[in-house]
Amino acid sequence: MFETIKLYYHKFGTPKFFYELTSKMLPWLIGFTVVLLIPGVILGLGFAPMDEEQGHSYRIMFIHVPAASVAMSAYVMMAVAGAVGLIWKMKMAEIVAKCCAPIGASFALLCLLTGSIWGKPTWGTWWVWDARLTSMLVLLFLFMGVVALNNAFESAQSAAKATALLSIVGVVNLPIIKYSVEWWNTLHQPASIKLTEGASMPAEMLTPLLMCIFGFYFLFSVLVVVASRAEVLEREQRSKWVKQLVMVE
Amino acid sequence: MEPVYPPLRQGLLAIFKRDLIIAFRQRSDLVNPVFFFIMVITLFPLGVGPEPEILSRIGPGVLWIAALLSTLLSVDSLFRQDYDDGSLEVLLLSPQPLFIIVLGKIMAHWCITTVPLILVSPLLGVMLFLDTETIKVLIVTLLLGTPVLSMISAIGAALTVGLRKGGVLIAVIALPLYVPVLIFGTSAVEAASMSLAFSGQLAYLAALAIFSITLAPFAIAAGLRISVSG
Amino acid sequence: MLETGAETQAIVPLLETKSLLCERDDRVLFEGLSFAIHAGDITQVEGPNGSGKTTLIRILCGLSTAYEGNLFWRGKPMNRCREQFCQQHIYFGHLTGIKAPLSAEENLRWMAQCRGSSLKGLALDHAVDQALAKVGLRGFEDAPVYTLSAGQKRRVALARLFLEPVPLWVLDEPFTAIDKHGVAELEAIIEQHAKQGGAVVLTTHHELSIDPSHLKIIRLGDAREGV
Repeated sequence: MFETIKLYYHKFGTPKFFYELTSKMLPWLIGFTVVLLIPGVILGLGFAPMDEEQGHSYRIMFIHVPAASVAMSAYVMMAVAGAVGLIWKMKMAEIVAKCCAPIGASFALLCLLTGSIWGKPTWGTWWVWDARLTSMLVLLFLFMGVVALNNAFESAQSAAKATALLSIVGVVNLPIIKYSVEWWNTLHQPASIKLTEGASMPAEMLTPLLMCIFGFYFLFSVLVVVASRAEVLEREQRSKWVKQLVMVE
Repeated sequence: MEPVYPPLRQGLLAIFKRDLIIAFRQRSDLVNPVFFFIMVITLFPLGVGPEPEILSRIGPGVLWIAALLSTLLSVDSLFRQDYDDGSLEVLLLSPQPLFIIVLGKIMAHWCITTVPLILVSPLLGVMLFLDTETIKVLIVTLLLGTPVLSMISAIGAALTVGLRKGGVLIAVIALPLYVPVLIFGTSAVEAASMSLAFSGQLAYLAALAIFSITLAPFAIAAGLRISVSG
Repeated sequence: MLETGAETQAIVPLLETKSLLCERDDRVLFEGLSFAIHAGDITQVEGPNGSGKTTLIRILCGLSTAYEGNLFWRGKPMNRCREQFCQQHIYFGHLTGIKAPLSAEENLRWMAQCRGSSLKGLALDHAVDQALAKVGLRGFEDAPVYTLSAGQKRRVALARLFLEPVPLWVLDEPFTAIDKHGVAELEAIIEQHAKQGGAVVLTTHHELSIDPSHLKIIRLGDAREGV
C-alpha cells in the first residue's frame, strides 16, 4: 500500500508525467470552470433577489467573495507545495509553488478592486480600512514579497528554495496577521455594514454564490495548470520528451 | 565511540561576544540607527505641525513606525559582512547547530542597534508630548516588540544575503510580517495614553516574542543555508 | 560473508562520494563522480577554469546542496552525521572568514569556540599562540588583522589548521597570496598531515612538488568537451 503510494508520488513528481496527466485533465477542468462560473455569474448578477439593505450593489459579492477565498487558499497551497519541494526535493512541487504566487496575487488584487468598487456606493469612498480588506491588502503584500524574492534570484533552484521558505513563514504568520487586523479594526471603529452576513442567506443567493466559489477554484486550478505546463516545457526544453513533443506538433 | 559535543551556549556566547567586540571597534554601526530614529521622529512635527494635541495623538504610532524602519535599515548588515568575508561559511560548517549561532548573532545585533534606540525613546516621547505613564508603557512594548522585529527582518536578511540588491527586497519581504507587532505595540501605548487597560496587548506582544524567538532561528538558519548554497 | 570489525575499519574511507551529479544553468559540470578519500591521501582536484572545482569542494565540505548523488562520512550517509563531520574537517576557501577588526588571536579564538573546541582558558591561549607561531606570525598576535598584508591574513586563516588535530582538510586554492617560502612550508605541512594519518583534498593552479606517488588526482572538465 505504502509502496504504491510512494511509487505514484515519485511518478507524479516527474515533470513528464505531470505534463501527460494534465493534458488529459485540462479539458475537464476547463469544462467545470465554464459550467459553474458562467451560470453562477448570470444567476448571481441577474436573477438573485435584491438585498434589502444594500440594493443591487451587494451583487459584486459573487466575484469578491470567491476571489478572497481563492487568494487565501492559493497562499496556503503555495506554502504546502513549497514545503513538499523543499523537504522531498520534488521538482514539480517547486514549479507549482512558483506558479501559484502571481496567480494568487491577481486574485487578491481582484478581491481588493471589487471591494473598493463596492465601497463607493455603500460607504461613499473608494477605500475603507475594513478588517477584511486590510488583511487582504496584507495578503497581497505577502504575495508580492514572494514574487519579488523569486525574481531576485538568478538560479531557479535557489529561487524555489528561498520562496518556499518565505511562503512557509508567511503561512505561519497568516492567522496571526488576520487575527490582529480584525482586533485592530474592532478597536478603531465599530463594526459597519458587512458585505456578507453569512448567517441567513436565501437559497436563491446562496446557490449562485456557491457556484461562483467552486467555479473560481476551478478557474484557479486551470490557470495554475496552464502556467505550470509552460514552466515545465521551459525547464525541460533540453530533454528528449519535450523535443519529441515539439517535433510532433 | 560516541563523540562528545560541547554545550550549546559555547557557540552562542562566542558569536555574541565576537559581534559585540566588532561593533564597539566600528562605532558608526552603533550610532547610525539611533540617529536615523531621532531624525525620522523630528521630521513628523515638521510635517504635520507642532500642535501638542496632534503629536500626542499620533506619537505612539510615529515612535513605533520609526523603530520599525530603523530595525529594517540596520538588519541588512546583520549577515552581509559575514557573507562578504567568508566567516558565514565558517559558521555554517560549525558542529554547533546553526540556529544557536544565529540566535547569538541576532542577540548581539539587537543589543547593538536596538537597545540604544529604546534608551533614547523616552526623550523622543517627551518631545511628542506623551505623559510619563505612556512613556513607561512605550518602553515595555519596545522591549517586547523589537526582538520580534529583529527576528522577522533577520529571515529577510538571511534569504537575501546572497543577492547584491538586498536592502529594498528585505523591506518588501519583512514589512507585511511586521503588522501584528505594530498593531499590538501601538495599541498598548495608545490605551495607556487614554488610561485604559493595556495588559492584554502586552500579553500578545510577549507571546509573539516567545513564538518568534523559538521558531524564527530555524527559518533563519535554513535561509542562510539556501543563500550560501546557491 | 562475514567481515571482522578490524577489516571493515581499515577499508572504510573517510569521505566517499557515489555518482555525484551537479548541474549549473542547464550545464552538467560533472556526472557519475565516485571516489573515496582514505586516511593518508592527498587528493588534488584538477580542471580548467569553470570546470566546477570550487563547486565540488563546496559540495564535499557541506556548504552546497546543489547536487544529486550520495556522500558518506566514515561509511555513514552525510545527512545523518553532520555534527561529527563538521567536527572532523576544516574547510579553507577563497574567503578566509577572518574578521578585519579583530586581532589574529581573537579571530582564532572565536573560530575555535564556534567549532566547539574542547580547549578552554589558558590551554586555548597556548594553542592559539602555537598555531600563530607555526604560520610565522609571532609578534603579530595582537595587531588588528586589517593592519596585516594579504598574505599574512591568509596565514592567520591557515593557522586554524594547527589549533586542534582534525582528520580531513578541505583546501580551495590554499597557496593564493602566499610567498614562495610559505608555499614550500605549506606543502611540507600537507605532506606531514597525510603521513600522520590525515587526509587532504585541495585545488590549486600551482605546480605541487609533492611526491606524485602520494598524490591522487580527480580531473574535472572532461565531460564538457563531449557535449
